[in-house]
Order: sequence, then structure tokens, then C-alpha cells
Amino acid sequence: MATWKRTRGFWVSIILAFAFFAVVQWLITSGTLNIFYVNTLFFMAINVILAASLHLIIGITGQFSIGHAGFFAVGAYASAIMTMKLQLPFAAGVLAAGVAAMLAGLIIGVPSLRLKGDYLAIATLGFGEIVRIALLNIDYVGGASGMTVTHMTTWPWVFACLFATILVIANFTNSTHGRACISIREDEIAADAMGINTTYYKVAAFVIGSFFAGIAGALYAHHFYIIQPSNFGFLKSFDILIFVVLGGLGSLSGAVVAAVLLTIVSTFLQNYPETRMIIYSIVLILVMLYRPTGLMGTKELSSLFKWRKAAQGGMNHGGKNTVA
Amino acid sequence: MELIQQLVNGISLGSIYALIALGYTMVYGIVRLINFAHGDVFMIGSFVGFYAVTMLGVGFFPALLLAMAVCAVLGMTIERIAYKPLRNATRIAVLITAIGVSLLIEYVMIYLRGAQPEAYPGTLLPKQNLELFGVVISSQSLFILGTSLVLMILLQFIVHRTKIGKAMRAVSHDAEAARLMGINVDNTISATFAIGSALAGAAGVIFGIYYTKIDPLMGILPGLKAFVAAVLGGIGIIPGAMVGGLLLGVIESLVSGLGYSLWRDGVAFIILILILIFRPAGLFGKNVREKV
Repeated sequence: MATWKRTRGFWVSIILAFAFFAVVQWLITSGTLNIFYVNTLFFMAINVILAASLHLIIGITGQFSIGHAGFFAVGAYASAIMTMKLQLPFAAGVLAAGVAAMLAGLIIGVPSLRLKGDYLAIATLGFGEIVRIALLNIDYVGGASGMTVTHMTTWPWVFACLFATILVIANFTNSTHGRACISIREDEIAADAMGINTTYYKVAAFVIGSFFAGIAGALYAHHFYIIQPSNFGFLKSFDILIFVVLGGLGSLSGAVVAAVLLTIVSTFLQNYPETRMIIYSIVLILVMLYRPTGLMGTKELSSLFKWRKAAQGGMNHGGKNTVA
Repeated sequence: MELIQQLVNGISLGSIYALIALGYTMVYGIVRLINFAHGDVFMIGSFVGFYAVTMLGVGFFPALLLAMAVCAVLGMTIERIAYKPLRNATRIAVLITAIGVSLLIEYVMIYLRGAQPEAYPGTLLPKQNLELFGVVISSQSLFILGTSLVLMILLQFIVHRTKIGKAMRAVSHDAEAARLMGINVDNTISATFAIGSALAGAAGVIFGIYYTKIDPLMGILPGLKAFVAAVLGGIGIIPGAMVGGLLLGVIESLVSGLGYSLWRDGVAFIILILILIFRPAGLFGKNVREKV
């Protein structure tokens, strides 16, 4: 009975998630949702995966990375090479995307996670740019004109990836490892003194985050028919960053809600890209000036229902120490 | 000869990076903030110079001065509106705000005048080629180098010989102690932003003359590279930014000279990551031990 009480929220969420999947699947097969809505839905799911994966790095572990589009790009190209050049099935592409992005995360994470704050931000930004420039210069993947990719992303795939991402990241956060990451976010020196292997957990969070960014890259590549290095510039990194910052640094549901809302906003403003960026930047500045913890702070949506105590903390300094 | 030619080009390019890097380094030295909007101040300077030349019909030096003045005011405004309320906030909050300001300036500029590039008039400076031991040096690059050198000497003079310079050094050393000694910290920070932004504005005009093509997103890459130059020299150290800028310019020119011109933009970031790993304090910086 006690176990049921503790895990009730978890099972209810899973049932709700599958119900949502079934409803959308039915809407798509019955043709009620037209192609425009399906596109938006897919794009939303990809953004949610990206936001959740960056949330793990910035919101949970407190490592400020602004080169997330780099991992997204690595995933997109790795999957496109698998399916287009090597003629392997889509599943191999998705897996390769995750593994390639994970390796990239390991290579960049091990040296640069020794850096802190601003320096880490610039190093990851530099990494994102290096990936873009490298893709621009490799003829095998088409250089500046990019690669054409067949459409393979379907709703079951999108849902499966989304579901796996949220499940893994939410459970990771509430596990021993997640608590260790949160302690690093709150105070790295104190965490170190408590015997937590800070380097190990920082790299672990970074690698898991890059893995899911790579998965999102695979879905993206096989949905938009063409991938070009210019799609993965640092404006893309900033887009992802905005989801996480706006939703609340340290709140998974906040990041998810922000990703969903901002995808809708940007779909409506698709014809006015300048206006969209002006609104984004003003919102970013205002949020930082008046509510630096983001919309949700470190709270989760589920904590509104008081089903279980989510991993929290960091609010006892007036929200100042939330992210290093 | 080819090598020396590349060196000459590299020094011209490097002096532009050095001018932008000075602003980064001064601001970082005083408020520990990476002013992402600095590259966009540089872009605004370039456009102010362009409009001054094409619409007001003024020459090179008035355009340069006008660009510097406008950028100084812009830099101070940015500081007052966006950064000052966040003086005690977390570093991440300030960094995100800086990114926001940068995007805002870029897209407001695109909104106002469109994203199309503009071509700087080529007749602004006398164009003659000077041949020295088989190396072609254009009078333009001499002019550019001369202007940058004069500005850098002026900056050294301001920082080391004037009262405001003394205040700037004091605040960057210890803001709390400086405040106790009766220095107006807020005004000093504003002055730092003004001087740094003025240098970026000058760099914008010079960049326009050297590369002729300017557009609203032109500030991003030179801005990031200038930051790399500042880190290379040791962030917060003024001579470091000058040397770092020149060094970065020369390295980039050598890389393009070797035939890898497409990789040129990547080199700066590779240097950045290497320097952060092996010598995070930069070439001129002292290693400071972290205290718990």
C-alpha cells in the first residue's frame, strides 16, 4: 500500500501519456489533424526533447552550456549518414545519433567541464561553432548545401523518443545520481567535501544530455527532408537555452511547458522572424531582471498536486544560489 | 615573401580584433561580465560610420569620432538599463541578459532597416599600394594600423594617467574597498562601458573600410573572436587584449595563407578551448589559486 502511494503519481502519468499517444495517433490516422498541425506537433516534441536534455545539464547540474545545437547537429548528421549513406533502418539511425552525440559530449565534456561559469559557456559555444564549421567543410555530408534525407519520422517514433527522454531524465533527477548533480548545482565545493565525485557526475549529466539532443537531431533530420549546417548555428542553441531559462532553471516541467508554448508562439510568428527574435530577447531580459529563477523556479508541476515530494532545494537563499 | 604578406594582413585584421577585445577585457576586469552585446555595439558603430559618410558626406575622421560617440552612449545605456539592476545577481543571470541584449540589438536593427548588407564607400581613405622589399602594403592597412595604435596609446594614457583611469583600476582591483575610499563605483563602471564601446565603434568603422561589406549580424563572429583574443591575452588585462588580438589576427591569416581559409573561423575556437584547458589565466595572466 505504501509503495502504491509513493508510485501512484508515476503510474498515473504513464497512463495519461499513453492515452495521449493513442488519441493523437487516432487523430492522425483519421485525418482530423492536418499536416500543418502534425508538423507543429512533431516540432514541439523535438523541442521538448532538446529542452529536457539541456535542462539536465543547466537546470539540474548547473553547468552552463550554450552549445547544445552542436550535439543536435551531430545527432542529425550521424543519423542521416546511417540511413542515407549506409542504407540502414531508421532505428539504427536514431541509435547512432544518440551514441555519436554522446561521444561528442564525452570528448567536449571531459576537458571543458573543468571550467566554470562564463568560461564553460564560451567553451561550449566555441564547440557548437566548431561542429558547424566542420560540417560546412566536410564534402561527404554535402558541405554548405547539406544532405537530403527521406521522411521517416512518424508519430510512434516521436512519442517513443519523447517518452524515453522524459522518463529517463525525471527518474535520473530523483535518483541518487540526480541528487548528487543537484548538490553540485547548489555548491560544488560543498558537494566535493561531502565525498561526491563532482567531475564524474558533471560529465555523466553532460553525456546523457547530449545523448538525448542527438536523438532529437535524428528525429529532426528525418522530418524536415534537408539538413544544412546553417540550421545548427548558435541561434538554435539560444532557442533551446530560452526554453530552459524561461521555464525555470531546475524545473523539468517548466522546461517542457516553455518549449511547448514557445513552439506555438514561433509557429504563429513564422512569417515575422525579426519580431519573434525581438520578443524572445525582450522576454529573456525581463525574466532575468524580474524573475531570475524563470517561470517555475525549481518547482515541478506535479508538486502542485502534492503527490510526492519532488527534488527541490535552492530556494532558501532567495533564489540566488540556484545556479552557480 | 608570401609569409610576410600574410603577416602584414594578419596585423591589420588583428588590430581590429584588438580594439574590440579591449572593450571586452575592460568590462570583464571591472564587473566580471562577458558583455555579449559588445559585438553588436561594434556593428552599430560600423553602421553609424556608414550613414555618416553616405548621408552626411563627412570624411573618415569625423565619421570615426561620431561612431565612437554614439557607441559610447549606447554602451552606457545598455549598462544602465540591463546590467546595473543585476549587479548582485548570479553570473548566469547576467550572462543570459547579455545574450538577450545582443539578440535585441541585432534584430531591432534588422527590423528597422532589413537584413540586406551595405557596401562601404571605397574612396574614404587614399588607396595606394606601397611596395616594400616585395611586400605589398596598402595605404589603407597602414591607416588602420595607425588609427588602432593611436587609440590604444590613448587608452593606456587614460587608464594610467587620469583620475578616471585610476578609479577604474581601483574598482577592478576591489570594488568594495574602492567604494569605501569614496570612489563612485557606478560612474566608474559607466565610464568603462563608454570607453570600451567607443573603441568597439572605432573598430566597426575600420572594419567597414577594410572589408567593405557590413550587415546587421556582422558583429557576432568578430565579437566572439575578440573575446577569444581577450581570453588568449588574459582576460581583464589591457596589454593582454592588444597582444591577443594581434596574435589571433596573425594566426587566422596564416591559416588562410596555408590554404585552409574555410577553417579560419574554427581556428579561433580551437585556440580558445586549448587556452582554457592549458593556461586558463591567459598568456599575461597570473595563476590565481582558488580559495574555499
